[in-house]
Formats: sequence, C-alpha cells, structure tokens
Amino acid sequence: MSPAILLLLALGLGLAGWLAARARAWSFRRAVPDRRLASLPSYYGWYVALWIVIPALLFILAWGFVAPMLVTQSVMADPAAAHLPVFGLQRETILAEARAVASGASHAVFNPLAKELVEPYRDALTRMNAIGIAATLVVAFLGGAWSFTRLRPDFRARTRVERIVMLTLLLASLVAILTTLGIFLSLVFETVRFFGMIDPISFLFGTHWGPDPMSSVEAADPSRFGAIPLFWGTIYIGAIIAMIVAIPLGLMSAIYLTQYASPTWRKWLKPALEILAGVPTVVYGYFAALTIAPAIRDLANSIGISNASSESALAAGLVMGVMIIPFVSSMADDSIAAVPQAMRDGSLAMGATTNETIRRVLVPAALPGIVAGVMLAISRAIGETMIVVMAAGYAANLSGNPLEAMTTVTVQIVAMLTGEASFDHPATLSAFALGFVLFLVTLGLNIVALRVVKRFREAYE
Amino acid sequence: MNEAILPTRTPAFEARIRKRYAAERRFKLAGLLSILFSIAVLAFLLITMASNGISGFKRVELAVEIDFPEAGITGDPAVLAQPNAIQSLEAQGLPAVVEFYATQSLGEEGAQQINSEAWRDVAKKIIADPSLLGAKATVMVPASHKLASAYSGDGQASLQPLAKKLKAEGKLQKNFDFGFLSRSDATDPQLVGIWGALKGSMLTMVVTLAFAFPIGVLAALYLEEYAPKNRWTDIIEVSINNLAAVPSIIFGLLGLAVFLTVFPSYRSAPLIGGLTLALMTMPVIVIAGRNAIKAVPPTIRDGALALGASPIQVVFHHVLPLALPGILTGTIIGMARALGETAPALMIGMRAFVATPPDGFTSPATLLPVQIFLWSDEIDRGFVERTSAAIIVLLLFLLVMNGLAIYLRNRFEKKW
Repeated sequence: MSPAILLLLALGLGLAGWLAARARAWSFRRAVPDRRLASLPSYYGWYVALWIVIPALLFILAWGFVAPMLVTQSVMADPAAAHLPVFGLQRETILAEARAVASGASHAVFNPLAKELVEPYRDALTRMNAIGIAATLVVAFLGGAWSFTRLRPDFRARTRVERIVMLTLLLASLVAILTTLGIFLSLVFETVRFFGMIDPISFLFGTHWGPDPMSSVEAADPSRFGAIPLFWGTIYIGAIIAMIVAIPLGLMSAIYLTQYASPTWRKWLKPALEILAGVPTVVYGYFAALTIAPAIRDLANSIGISNASSESALAAGLVMGVMIIPFVSSMADDSIAAVPQAMRDGSLAMGATTNETIRRVLVPAALPGIVAGVMLAISRAIGETMIVVMAAGYAANLSGNPLEAMTTVTVQIVAMLTGEASFDHPATLSAFALGFVLFLVTLGLNIVALRVVKRFREAYE
Repeated sequence: MNEAILPTRTPAFEARIRKRYAAERRFKLAGLLSILFSIAVLAFLLITMASNGISGFKRVELAVEIDFPEAGITGDPAVLAQPNAIQSLEAQGLPAVVEFYATQSLGEEGAQQINSEAWRDVAKKIIADPSLLGAKATVMVPASHKLASAYSGDGQASLQPLAKKLKAEGKLQKNFDFGFLSRSDATDPQLVGIWGALKGSMLTMVVTLAFAFPIGVLAALYLEEYAPKNRWTDIIEVSINNLAAVPSIIFGLLGLAVFLTVFPSYRSAPLIGGLTLALMTMPVIVIAGRNAIKAVPPTIRDGALALGASPIQVVFHHVLPLALPGILTGTIIGMARALGETAPALMIGMRAFVATPPDGFTSPATLLPVQIFLWSDEIDRGFVERTSAAIIVLLLFLLVMNGLAIYLRNRFEKKW
C-alpha cells in the first residue's frame, strides 16, 4: 500500500511544482512585456515538475528495497526476537506470519512466537512509513526548490526538458538489448551449472532421456540425460510432419490469394485464414488431444495397426502444421508480391498460362523469400509448446513411427520445471540447457532467414 | 489464306492446349481447395468447441423443496447484508436443513447425491433474495459429479436407474449455470467457475499493457525518428527483431531465472506474469509502431520543422498523434497474443490450484489459458465440457479484441 501512496505524493508534488513554475514564467512575461521568454511557460513547468518527480521516484524505488530490510533489522533488535530459531525455514515462516498480520494481509496468528513479534513489526512498519513519506517530501522539495531558483526569463527550459525526453526514449529502446542480454545470460548461467554436473557430450549425443528428479543431486546419472530423442522428436514433429502439411497448403493458399482470387474473395478469405493464426495454442492443443489424436488412433486400429497410442507425433504435427499455414502463406505472399510485375507480364505475353507463369517464373524468382519464410516457420514450430505438451506426450522415443508418442525439447522444459525436483537438481537445470539449445537454434534460423530475405529484396530493387 | 495452314488448328496443338488449360484449372482448384481446407479445419474446431462448450455452461441440478419457516431458518436483512452472512446461516444449521429436505424430496438415495457444497448455493440464493425465507420454496441445488455423469449416460452404472427415475420426475435437470462465470477453480466439475482465472488474466494484462505500451512506443519513436545510424542502433534493431521471434517458453525461462530470483515472494502473482508477458509483447508493439510511424508522410515533419518546431515537438505534437491508430492496432494484436499465451505462465508458477479470485497484483493467480490447460488434464467427463466452455470464453475475448483492432484500422487508417 505504502509505495502507491508515495507515488501519488510524488506526482501531486510534481503537479504543484508544474503550476508554480508556470505561474513564475508568466510573472516574468508580465514584468517585461516586450521581451520574449527563452521557452514557452509550460516548459518551465515541466522542468520543475521533472526535477521533483524524477528524484522522488528514484528515492521511492531505492526505499522499496531498503525499507523491508530496515524493518526486519529493527524487529530483530526487539527482545522478543531473541527466542527465534537461529536459521532456516522456520525462522522465515515465523517472520512472514508476523509481517502478514502486522500489515493487515491476514488476521490470525497461529505461532506464539509470531504473535509476540506482531507488535514490534507493526511499530517498525508505521515508523518506516512515516520516515518514507518524510524523506520523499524532503527529496522532492529539494529538487523542486533547486530547479525553481534557476528559473530566469532567459533560462532555456525547453532544451533541458527535451534532453530528458530524449534520454527516456533511448532508455526505452535499450530495454530490448537488456532483455536479449537477460535471456542469454540467465540461460548461459544455468546451462554452465548444468554442464558442471552432466558433461556436455553425454547431453548432446546421448540417446536415452529419463532424468530422475528424485535421485540425489550428487549422484545424477549422465546416461539418463541424453537429449538426442528430444531433438529428434522436435525435428520430426515441428520440421517434418508440420511442414509437410504447412508448406504445400500455405504456398498454394498464397498463390491462390495473390494470383487467382478476385478482390472480393480475397477480402473475405485472407482474414479467415488469419483467424487460424490468432487461435491460442492451448486451444489447438486441446483440439489435438481431444479430437484429432483419438481419431488417428481409431483410424490406425481400423486399418490393422493395433499398438497405436492415444498420444501421437502425427496428431501434434498435423495440428501444428495447420497452425503454421497462415504464417507460411503470408511469408510466401510477401515474396511473390516482391517479384517485379515485368517478369510476370513477360511470361504471360509469351503465351504461358497463369499456372505456367507461376510455376516457372514467379515461384523460382521468389524462391529465396519462400525458403526464408519456411525457415521462420520451422523456428516457430520447434519453439511451440502447448500443442506438443497436450498431444505428443512425455515419452522420449527415438523412432520414425508417427503413430508413437514422442516428446520434444519444449515439452521436457515444461516437465522438468513443473515437477517436484529442487532448483539445484540437474533435472531442473537441464531445462535451461534445453532452452539454451532451443534459443540458439531459433536465433540461428532467424538470422539466416532475415539475411536471405534482405539480400533477395535488394536483388529486385 | 488456307485455314489448314494455321498452326493453332492442327489436332496436336489443340490437344496440347486442352491439356494446358486442364492443368490450369486443376492448379486453380488446388489453390482454392487448400484455402478451403484451412477454413474447414477452423470451422470444425469452432464447432467442436461450441458443441461441447454449450453444455459446459450448464450443470446438473436437483430440485429440493425447502420449507424455510418450518425449519426455523431466519434471516434479518441487516445480517444478510453483511459479508459473513454465509457463516451465520451455517451456524443456524442450514447444511443439515438442506440435507433433511433433500431426503424428503428426493428420497434417501437421492439425498446422498446432492453436492456436499449444495447448502452454500442455497445460502447465496437466500442472501440474494431474503423473501425466500418467508415460505416454502423449491430450490435448485447442484448434484454430485457422480450423478451428473450418470445423467449424461456414463459414469457409475449403479447410479443410472436413480438418475433415470429423478429425471422422469423432473427433479433432475440440466440448467444454465450463471455461477460458472462468477466462481473460481474447484476440484468438482459441478462447482468450478472461471471468474478467478479471468480476473487473473485481466490483472496480468493490465501489468503487461502498463509496461509494454509506453516502452514499446518510446522505443519505436526513438528508432524511427532519432536514432543515429551506428552500431548501437543496429544492435538494438537486431535484438528487437530477434526477440519477436524467440519462442514464448524462453521468456518464461527468463521470468523464472530473473524475476523470481529478485522477487521470490511473488511467485504466480499477476505482477510477475505481466512483466514476463510485457517483455514478449514489447517487440510486437515496437515493430507495429515503427510501421505506423513510417507511414506518416515526411511533409508533415518538414512543415512543422519549417514553422520552428523542435524535433521533439515535431514528433510529439504531429507524428505521434497521426501514427497512434496504427500503434494501437498493433498493441491490441500483441495483447491478444499475450492473452492466449500459456507456456511462459507455466514456467513462472502460475499453474497452481487457486480457489479464490486474486485480490491484487501480488496475490497468487492463474490465467484463463492456464486454467484451460489444467482442466484439460482432468479425467472427469464433466471437465471436458467445462474446458470447452472456458475456451469459448477465451475465444470470445480474443474475437472482441481483434474486432476492435480491425475497427480501429478501418476507422482511422489514412491513405496519404
């Protein structure tokens, strides 16, 4: 509750500063009517308001981290805290219980020790809140007063305000780099820890996957961490079965939409196709598990294959392929549209039919773009999680039979991180190693594909 | 001129051209069929969900006739208006009363099959309408999930005759269940609702929007309008394009490794979920925003600059307002994608069983798609229908959001 109050306080003070500084600017103008101010009066207002709000916000942020520590420290100084267990979970839970009651998040205390600590906690919290509000006021006031005294008729408030705006814009765009860096570092960090327990060779080239989350951390068996079956399942479902569905259907859809369909048809068909891309993957997963997988099993049984399982690579791959169709279609659409009209006209003028033009001229000319689109589609398919979690199963099978259950990298990441294993266990850490492999592969596919698209665009410009 | 000499009239040529035209028709048909296939799959999916889902909005209920004055249940309207009214009714012995009258109305066997939480429903009905207490009234209470599956013709064979008998007497009915939209997760499919998950999703989306929208728009403005052409700008652009293509589960791993290490006490809170999804949505907004900003013609900028506006004024007074509809369209599409996202939420612990709606950004919550995933794992037949019903609600939300995006695009898009 308290940060929100502090925030409102800072913003209110900022508003007051804005009004005061603008009034000051107006008074400059009234004092010497024929002299122009260096900036519009509202910029004077913004200058002071920013000088109030930014220091106050920085302080509140810092206070948000420091205050809980100070509260705990002052509670520890209380005589009642002397009875606490010295270390460990019990101590933490007692403290958490007392804190929850003192801050009003819960009503009853069960632990007698926690009961004694409620009062000191409450005192400390009130004290810290008061100090926080007072300090915010002081910081805001200092910033405001300093900036207010700098206001002169020839003070360039606009340049200074704009410099801060520019800095904000730059910081916002740096968030993207920070996120990329954050992903990379956190994956690398955990992966290195994982490779400290399991050697990379047996992880990358082992053929048996079956981590035991219950085994002891030291005695992890490297032979159970072979990821080849996962890689194979991922490629088989995402890059083979799904693409067998998505490439022909997506390509033909794009050709029909761009070359044959009348504008009216196109207006209706294209959004209908795009709806497929907007359906959440969990819905596809449910559809695959509930409808497609049993249908495939029944079909297999009826043609005499009796050992078909209810979870199959085929069901997951087919549904994933359908999900990818609009993606392939729109990529193909773009690259066919980028082929110069003159090539198409030339071919038609020579007497080729439309489909001959498409197959012999447009598609070959657009091929680099289409290939890049397919690569992006594959990168999307192998990173897809929910369909495979719900329809492909958890069994790590190294087999070419599409009717068998298979597992993928993403499924195992989910399985390893939602299981019971502790955070330091190699089974849990293996999820980060798998995530790192997935990240590198999708990154590689994307970089290559974007480069191909770029070169292909330049060829026709 | 002799007709026989015309090359187009030789039989071989005619045959060839017929063949080529046939190939043309086949090719065109293949194109049409491939589109129709996708649309047919979509229609099949929607029909499957709808036909399962409609009955998910209903539940099996038993008619119990309760004589409130005789049972001695009283309700002072002032007491009933208080938050602990349910406890006060419980203290008056409402559970026993419901059970007693259930035995009278349904017989010994039938009374065993009223839901153990049935009295809560009765209590809620009394609170909603205290005049109920004045007379004898027939109240619909949820049946046990065993009887519910017997009603649909499967489940325990021993309950089938009872279900048939009560059905014939009109005491066992499948009624529209408005409570599905106001309750939260439960272990019994007769008692579940999606309000908890829906509220969790809404809170999460608020956090996502609050972070992704300003950062995304500001980054787009910087890259499109001010960024100098140098290596740093290239790095920023490359990382945004790559982030847009990184699998969503990787963002979940990031949230787990970074956010949950910094704020371990906010596990499965909408705040963490929203931050994780914001990182995922931000690149989408940046890319859509850049396209919208690019579409604003340079003459607008030149005009404003010529009149003495500073570069910041040009952008914030002229370019941004003109690009805003396009940016909003991209934002809504990005938010719709975030709303349907499941995998990152699973990574950061939002898959816990949460039986009460979250009351803030820091209390444990689950998301609508995660709720769908959790229910889809349940074996009970009742959950299949409930899952489809939840999917319908999710799809309706997405439909509204995408419809809004299309409306904005058509209403405000300018062709310069």
